[in-house]
Amino acid sequence: MNKIIKYVLYDILRSKIVVAYTLFLLLLSIGLFNLGGSPDKGLLSLLNLVLLTVPLISIVFATTHFYNSYEFMELLVSQPIRRSKIFLSEYLGVSLSLSAAFLIGVGIPVLLFAPGATGLYLVLTGLFITFIFVALAFLASVITRDKAKGIGIALMLWFYFALIYDGIVLFILYSFGDYPLEYATLALTALNPVDLGRVMVLLNLDVSAMMGYTGALYKSIFGSAWGVGIAFLVLVLWVMVPLLLSRRAFIRRDL
Amino acid sequence: MRNPSKHIIIWTACAFVLLLTSLQAVGGTLKVCTTCEYRSVKEAVSKAKAGDVVLVDGGTYKESGITITQPIRLIGQNNPVIDGNNSGQIITVASDNVTIQGFTLQNVATSYTRDDAAIRVKQQNNIQILNNTILKTYFGIYLQYADSIVIKDNVIKGENLGRTESSLGNAIHLYYTDDVQIIGNDVQGHRDGIYLETVKNSKVVRNISHQNMRYGLHFMFSDNNVYTHNTFQKNGAGVAVMYTTNVHMEYNTFEDNWGAASYGLLLKEINNSFIHNNIFRRNTTGIHMESSSRLDFKNNVFERNGWAIKLMTTCIDDTFRLNNFTGNSFDISTNGNAQHNYFEHNYWDKYTGYDLDKDGIGDVPYRPVSLYSMLVEQVPPSIMFMRSFMVDLLDNMEKVMPSIIPQTLVDEKPLMKKIDHDNNREFVQVLRQTASAPWRER
Repeated sequence: MNKIIKYVLYDILRSKIVVAYTLFLLLLSIGLFNLGGSPDKGLLSLLNLVLLTVPLISIVFATTHFYNSYEFMELLVSQPIRRSKIFLSEYLGVSLSLSAAFLIGVGIPVLLFAPGATGLYLVLTGLFITFIFVALAFLASVITRDKAKGIGIALMLWFYFALIYDGIVLFILYSFGDYPLEYATLALTALNPVDLGRVMVLLNLDVSAMMGYTGALYKSIFGSAWGVGIAFLVLVLWVMVPLLLSRRAFIRRDL
Repeated sequence: MRNPSKHIIIWTACAFVLLLTSLQAVGGTLKVCTTCEYRSVKEAVSKAKAGDVVLVDGGTYKESGITITQPIRLIGQNNPVIDGNNSGQIITVASDNVTIQGFTLQNVATSYTRDDAAIRVKQQNNIQILNNTILKTYFGIYLQYADSIVIKDNVIKGENLGRTESSLGNAIHLYYTDDVQIIGNDVQGHRDGIYLETVKNSKVVRNISHQNMRYGLHFMFSDNNVYTHNTFQKNGAGVAVMYTTNVHMEYNTFEDNWGAASYGLLLKEINNSFIHNNIFRRNTTGIHMESSSRLDFKNNVFERNGWAIKLMTTCIDDTFRLNNFTGNSFDISTNGNAQHNYFEHNYWDKYTGYDLDKDGIGDVPYRPVSLYSMLVEQVPPSIMFMRSFMVDLLDNMEKVMPSIIPQTLVDEKPLMKKIDHDNNREFVQVLRQTASAPWRER
């Protein structure tokens, strides 16, 4: 398995896209920290950026990579190697290289300019989002054999999680404004990893103080070790569920 | 003029005698200490005649229920401590023209029926309470139906750890008391720092009110008062003022009032008043105002608040000019469409317009209410979507084509550059110096 991961990593590095991604993140993070004035402001801008671009790049890159290494996978399948091993190696190869890029591009500037709990949350959120969206990309890729279709599905998924979902939830909240919605909102944020990550980082920043009753409630939930544990567990579920689903599909599929 | 030196001697003698007699008129001095004639403050006070000075030397006196019935001056030397030992009120003033100065008064237990205080004044005029330290009391200084009062340079510190709002009293509590000067006090750890009910024509200057359970400053029905150079910090719910006209609030700082229901300043039915040169920093809500009209907000700084101003539609004819709004999550939020308030020449850091004619005033009007802030006002849980990309998108769409946000709540002439109140720093310093000078010299 390690050997396959090594090959995948080597293949990814050769394509230079990951290197460009690293430089892009590095440049943006340093730029934002220098522009923002206070580290808090830098973190906030960085949060917006991470929540928008990291899922997009992860999902598009992973989908294209999956389709591009189709022949390599076919070759491996003909060897006496278990399919789930091949699939997991591919997954780990892609997600590890992308998260390494994220760690260098965002983790190091955060460590330099804004070390602390909030920065740690931001980096952890970014890492989880990378893993989650690579898993979602693989799910999209195993659904269909058509590359264009697969990328289309991946983009739709990104569009849904980054944009449409919030719109839908805001619409629901607005329509049912007469009811106590605190816990419902909490449940709804857990259903979108991007929102969950954003809320976790925001509650650790100064702005959390102004969140009124809802904020105080969430702060008490996310502030406790128990709450943070649950939140990360939900994020782990967000990695595992699409990953296991796509692995199942990959194993059963006629390549 | 045979012998001028003789005259001089006679005159000097006369002057000396006059001086002595005048001193006599002021009264004698009763000393209290462990080795003096009087060993308890109570005893000396009960023996004192009008105009006497009761001089208490350093040491701890376990006493309570001291009642002053004559116009005397009760003065502490070398910081004497009167320990009430939780056995009731410490000093009750039952005479006009009394001065209490330089004591540490401590330990008054909570008493729901008597409202015990360290110093209580009831229906007396011309009282001065200066330089005292009051620790662990139910009420600190409690005045009712009294006029011409000076409360200056006292430190009042309560203990509110693990206690509820109802089991705490106010640090300075005034009821039906006019012409008061509350200057340079440091109050903390009580229910309300300064509580004024029906207190008129008074000045509250250079006080620091912090870490109180409820409000730093709380007044009602208290017209014609001036509040300057005070700091209200980290109070449970900030400052709340109600049902009053003609208030002057200048050069005050409201900061770090955080919490689900905290305000820097809550204005309810305040009319015809001036709120100038104040700083609102890091509050959940900078100013929350309802049913307040004809207020003038000028040269204030709103910095890093959750909401800079929550302006309810019940407020009319309020003017906001030359204020700085920077780093607030929401600049203005409101609960309806009808708006009859006036905004002009403010600086908004979220303003994205341009200034072609370079006159320092933006050419495009600024609407400080965002769509999202209206949504949050109606559905509080939607605050969880703050900084979501969708929210930013909606806000920008609404900015281009306003349809839901109030049309009339608009700054037609927003400033392009932050107003540099620091340029006026010298001016402010001069003001501060005069403020710190003894009150009578001003």
